[in-house]
Amino acid sequence: MSEVDVRNFTINFGPVHPSAHGVLRMILELDGELVERVDPHIGLLHRGTEKLIEYKTYLQALPYFDRLDYVAPMNQEHAFALAVERMLGVEVPRRGQLIRVLYAEIGRLLAHLMNVTTQAMDIGALTPPLWGFEQREKLMVFYERASGARMHAAYFRPGGVHQDLPQALVDDIESFCEEFPKALDDIDTLLTENRIFKQRGVDIGIVPLEEAWGRGFSGVMVRASGAAWDLRKAQPYDAYAEMDFDIPTGANGDCYDRYLVRMEEMRQANKIMKQCVQKLNAPEGKGPVSSVDGKVVPPKRGEMKQSMEALIHHFKLYTEGYKVPAGEIYAAVEAPKGEFGVYLVADGTNKPYRCHIRAPGFAHLSAMDWLCRGHMLADVTAILGSIDIVFGEVDR
Amino acid sequence: MTDTVETVEPVVQVHPLVALGEHITASLGEAVLGFEVGYGDLSISAKRESIVEVVTFLRNDPKCRFISFVDVCGTDYPAREFRFDVIYHFLSPHLNQRVRVKVETNDSTPVPSIFGVFPGADWFERETYDLYGVLFSGHPDLRRILTDYGFDGHPLRKDFPLTGFVEVRYDEERRRVVYEPVSLPQEFRSFDYLSPWEGTDYVLPGDEKAKN
Repeated sequence: MSEVDVRNFTINFGPVHPSAHGVLRMILELDGELVERVDPHIGLLHRGTEKLIEYKTYLQALPYFDRLDYVAPMNQEHAFALAVERMLGVEVPRRGQLIRVLYAEIGRLLAHLMNVTTQAMDIGALTPPLWGFEQREKLMVFYERASGARMHAAYFRPGGVHQDLPQALVDDIESFCEEFPKALDDIDTLLTENRIFKQRGVDIGIVPLEEAWGRGFSGVMVRASGAAWDLRKAQPYDAYAEMDFDIPTGANGDCYDRYLVRMEEMRQANKIMKQCVQKLNAPEGKGPVSSVDGKVVPPKRGEMKQSMEALIHHFKLYTEGYKVPAGEIYAAVEAPKGEFGVYLVADGTNKPYRCHIRAPGFAHLSAMDWLCRGHMLADVTAILGSIDIVFGEVDR
Repeated sequence: MTDTVETVEPVVQVHPLVALGEHITASLGEAVLGFEVGYGDLSISAKRESIVEVVTFLRNDPKCRFISFVDVCGTDYPAREFRFDVIYHFLSPHLNQRVRVKVETNDSTPVPSIFGVFPGADWFERETYDLYGVLFSGHPDLRRILTDYGFDGHPLRKDFPLTGFVEVRYDEERRRVVYEPVSLPQEFRSFDYLSPWEGTDYVLPGDEKAKN
C-alpha cells in the first residue's frame, strides 16, 4: 500500500467566535483533532492607549485605564493612581484607601463572576452565566451609585477617589455581602462537582510552577500552580495590609484548579468587602476621601463658591494639571487577572513621557501555543476560558 | 551612574536594594554599567551585548532569583544617539523584590533576545519591535503584533504623529474596506499648558512672509 500524504488542517478560530472572548483570531494547525500549533493574532482591538496617554495630562489619562480590562475597570485605575501618587509623594486618607480596597474587591468579583461563568458557557453550561450575571448587575449598580457609570467609572483618582460614598450605599453593599455567598454556593453546586465540567477541566492545560514564572504568568495562573503569591499580601498597597484574608492555591495547575482558585478568591473578596464596610462605618473610617493637598486633587464645587484659592486651584488643575517630578516608576496591583503594572516615565511636565501598560492577559495569551499543543480542538476553548482573557487589556 | 547612598555615612544600614544592586554590579563586572534606586525601584543599566548574560545571572544567582518575568518595553528619546531604551522588569518572589534592567539601542542595532532565558519575553519583544522598531536578534518569530496587517511605521516613536497617516473605512460602493490618508477637519491641537499665558503658537501657512 502506498503511503498517503497526510497534510495538516489549518482553521481560523475567530475573530468573531463567541468563545474567543472578544476579537481574537487564532490560526490552529490541526492533525485530525489534535492541535499541532496555535498562532494567536491579536491587535484587532488595538486603540493606541499608550500613545494617547502621552498626549494627555495625568488626570486626563486616567479614564483610558477603565477601557483596558473593562470587566473590572477600577482595578486598572488603581495601578495608575498608585504610580502617580508614589511619584508625587501624595498620601491617600484612610477612608479613601478603604473605599479603593472595597471597590477593587468589587472589581475582582465582577471579573471572576464573568470568567467562571462564561468559561462554563464555553464548555456547554448555560445556566451559570445567567445566575452570575444577575450578581454582576448588582455590583455594577454599586459602581454606578459611587461614580455615575456602570463600567467606565474614572473613580480612583491620583490622591484618592473622586467622591465619598453615601451611607445608604455602604449599607447596601453590606447587605449584598450577606447574600452573595448564597448565590456563589448556587453556582458552586452547578459546576464544582459536575461530571462534564470536571471532564473538560481536570488535567487540561497544566502549567508547572517553574514554567508559570518564566512565562510571565501572575495572579490566578501562578496560584493555581501552587505558589501562594499575591501582591495584596506580598507588596500591600492602600489598606490591604490591615485586611484579613487567605490566598487560595491550587495543586495541579490545570483548568479545573484555576476555576477552584477563582471561586475561593470570590469568597475571600467578599470577606475583604465586609471588613471594608465595617471599617468605613467605624469612627476611624470617616474623614476625607482624597488628598486634601489642593495641588493635586481639585476642590469640591461648594468650596469654589467660597474660596478664591479653591477657584484658582480648580482652574489650574483642569487646564494645566499637575506636574510630576522626573523619574520612572513601576507600580503593580493584583488585578483579578494577575499582575497589572504601569511603568511610568515622567519628564517633569504635566504629561507622562511614557506610560507602558503591563497587562496580565497579554502574557497569558502569549503562552497559548505552548498550552494548547497536543490537546484536542475542544480543549482550546476550555484553556482559553481558564486563562481569563479580556481583549481591552491584551490589545490596549 | 548616580548612587544616592554613596554619600551616606557607613554606620547607616545600607538599603537592601542598594546592597542588591552592589551585589549585581560586583558579580557581573563589565556587563553592568551602573545602577540606581529611585521611588523604591532598583534600576540597572546593562550593556546591550551582555543582556542575555545579565538576565541569566539575575535568574540563576542564589542571592537574586529573579525567576519571574514581568515585562519588556521600549522608550524613545529621539535626541540621543542610541535613541531607544529597552526596559526589562523582573520579579523575585523569593526576595519579594523587583528589578529593572535597561539597555540602549537604535533602530539598526539589534538587541539580543532573552527568549531563550524567559520564554514569556516572546510577545513582549514582538510588541517592542512593532511599536518602536527595535530589532531583537535571535528572536524566533519577530513579526508585528498589535498593529494592523501591512502597517507601516512604528507608532510609539516620538516622531510618529498621534493621528497616524492612514484612516480606514468601509466603502459602500466598492464593498470593501479602504485605506485613505488621514484627513481631519481640524488639526490635532496640542496645547502647551506649561505656559498658559503665551498660548499655542499657531503657524499660518504663508504668514511668515508678512513678518519680513
